Amino acid sequence: MYALPATEAGIRDIKGTLSKSSDMSLTKKTSDLKKRMRDALMGGGQVAIDKQKATGKMTARERIIALVDPKSFHEYDLFVEHAGKDFNMGDKYLPGDGVITGTGTINGYPVCIYAQDFTVAGGSLGWMHAKKITKIMDHAMKLKVPIIGINDSGGARIQEGVNSLAGYGEIFYRNTQASGVIPQISVILGPCAGGAVYSPALTDFVFVVDKISKMFITGPEVIKTVLGEEISMEELGGARVQSEITGNAHFFALSEQECFEQIKTLCSFIPWNNIKKAEAFPKKPPRTRTYNIDSIFPSNPRQPYDVKDIIRSIVDDSEFFEVQAMFAANIVIGFARLNGNTVGFVANQPLVLAGVLDVDSSDKAARFIRYCDAFNVPLVTLVDLPGYLPGVDQEHAGVIRHGAKVLYAYSEATVPKMTVILRKAYGGGYIAMCSSHLRADFVFAWPTAEIAVMGPEGAANIIFRNEIKNAENPEEMRKLKIKEYKEKFANPYVAAAYGYVDAVIEPAETRSMLIHALEISAEKVEIPPIKKHGIPPF
Amino acid sequence: MEENKETPVFKTIIIDNIKYKTTLTKKFMARKSYEPINFNKVYSFIPGTVRKVFVKEGAKVKKGTQLLELEAMKMVNNITAPVDGIVTKINVKSGDLVSKSVLLVEMN
Repeated sequence: MYALPATEAGIRDIKGTLSKSSDMSLTKKTSDLKKRMRDALMGGGQVAIDKQKATGKMTARERIIALVDPKSFHEYDLFVEHAGKDFNMGDKYLPGDGVITGTGTINGYPVCIYAQDFTVAGGSLGWMHAKKITKIMDHAMKLKVPIIGINDSGGARIQEGVNSLAGYGEIFYRNTQASGVIPQISVILGPCAGGAVYSPALTDFVFVVDKISKMFITGPEVIKTVLGEEISMEELGGARVQSEITGNAHFFALSEQECFEQIKTLCSFIPWNNIKKAEAFPKKPPRTRTYNIDSIFPSNPRQPYDVKDIIRSIVDDSEFFEVQAMFAANIVIGFARLNGNTVGFVANQPLVLAGVLDVDSSDKAARFIRYCDAFNVPLVTLVDLPGYLPGVDQEHAGVIRHGAKVLYAYSEATVPKMTVILRKAYGGGYIAMCSSHLRADFVFAWPTAEIAVMGPEGAANIIFRNEIKNAENPEEMRKLKIKEYKEKFANPYVAAAYGYVDAVIEPAETRSMLIHALEISAEKVEIPPIKKHGIPPF
Repeated sequence: MEENKETPVFKTIIIDNIKYKTTLTKKFMARKSYEPINFNKVYSFIPGTVRKVFVKEGAKVKKGTQLLELEAMKMVNNITAPVDGIVTKINVKSGDLVSKSVLLVEMN
């Protein structure tokens, strides 16, 4: 190949010997590449890096290196330059345009990844910055591997005007298209404000770190000018708020390192894409000495216990990886393994708010059910709930439409669905928690199960209203009738008699029953009616 | 991640006449109790700045009479009397910043 020698060195090379000259030019060009790379790899420069570190944050590249397997990260688009022309932006050099993109592996599991670099123009999102992100997202979609986005950005690059908005829009569109096809993970390691928050909100899992992550639509400044209300970033949209109050975040960590460990654990439980199943692990029995059903479980339906311990007593190595642990703690969701295979657990938590369904817990459960269904993760539902939370605030917050999401999600899900009724399954709650009517494949009940239209006290008061009212001693009559109702209806056998419960089992048999159910439903295929898509009660 | 097992504080929650022993969430405890709508009290429906006050305390107004102007999100909103009556108390003056659901005007 001949090219016109452009440099002085090149001209000299032609005069010298050919073989030597080509070697020299290669060395020179390589060293030129190295210099360019050195400049680009410095990001925003030492001062900016020091500033980032002073706030207790890692740099974008350090984060990627800490997250992926050693030496597995391969970076692309390092030499992309920003597209800003106005406001003297043309003269500015922004290395990599403030975002690092590439591919790597996590536990040998391929991923596409990007990390916004706060040291370069505050990680602000301009057109080329967005293009790098959308390019790696397109890549992830083509390769059918998860995409992980590390967010640390001051927001839109104001100097680029509508182009930065266009950039966000392109990302949101891809988030939506990729939803349910490849796992999408958002990691918030810095500010993520304004329109930028909608990319994480559209992804499957959002990770936050205490005192580092901040998410909000309008920041404290705006709130102060418009409303005169003073609030800190932390109180407005810090990691704890997002994990506990809003439910926007799914995983809360105290340090970036802990956060990366959580991501690695999550990646071990989920499949690469919606065609695959999650990787199988070696089988392990549960640690029943620590998690013993007999000592955890009170049969009195009014007594609380931690349902997570029941899950641990059933699953491999008693390892339960909880999702959204702090939000709507009255329902528990998360991943575990049965005989090496990933399952998703949804369980009422009697320890918190008696395990009721309410607006938040319905939202939380419904979204997780849809995640599991989209990614071929079988569902195990543990039922122990007194019903829906009564209250004006709940009704006015739309508990009807939120509660309906659970019914929708379970009815729509075609993955193997297994339900175990532990104690209470009253009224609408019984139907909602993956009853056979919503097409659970297997419904098991413990002998302690109480499947009834409502709790015995309430039911007796209605059915025997007149007997109680007209009795000589109404209180005694009430007690008598409650007892009568309890004996007749507060058990699993009425439902079993109608075939709504497939088997009444001893608690100790639960694991083996679930494993068997899982094994024989491995090839389950259910074809839903042809439609463009349903209209879930969002 | 093992969660730290603090000793939970148990409370009672009643559903369908059954008392359950359980813990309560922060959000549950912070919920606001319902107050029935009182048409004699005018609240700010949006946070903003009071631009003008058109009436004085003691004024007799008809339903629809303009009470004040509330500027919010670059829009000027006319706040009008919800019922016929007498303005008994005005809790704001022009220039005041108010957040949402602040009692602006009381009527009789």
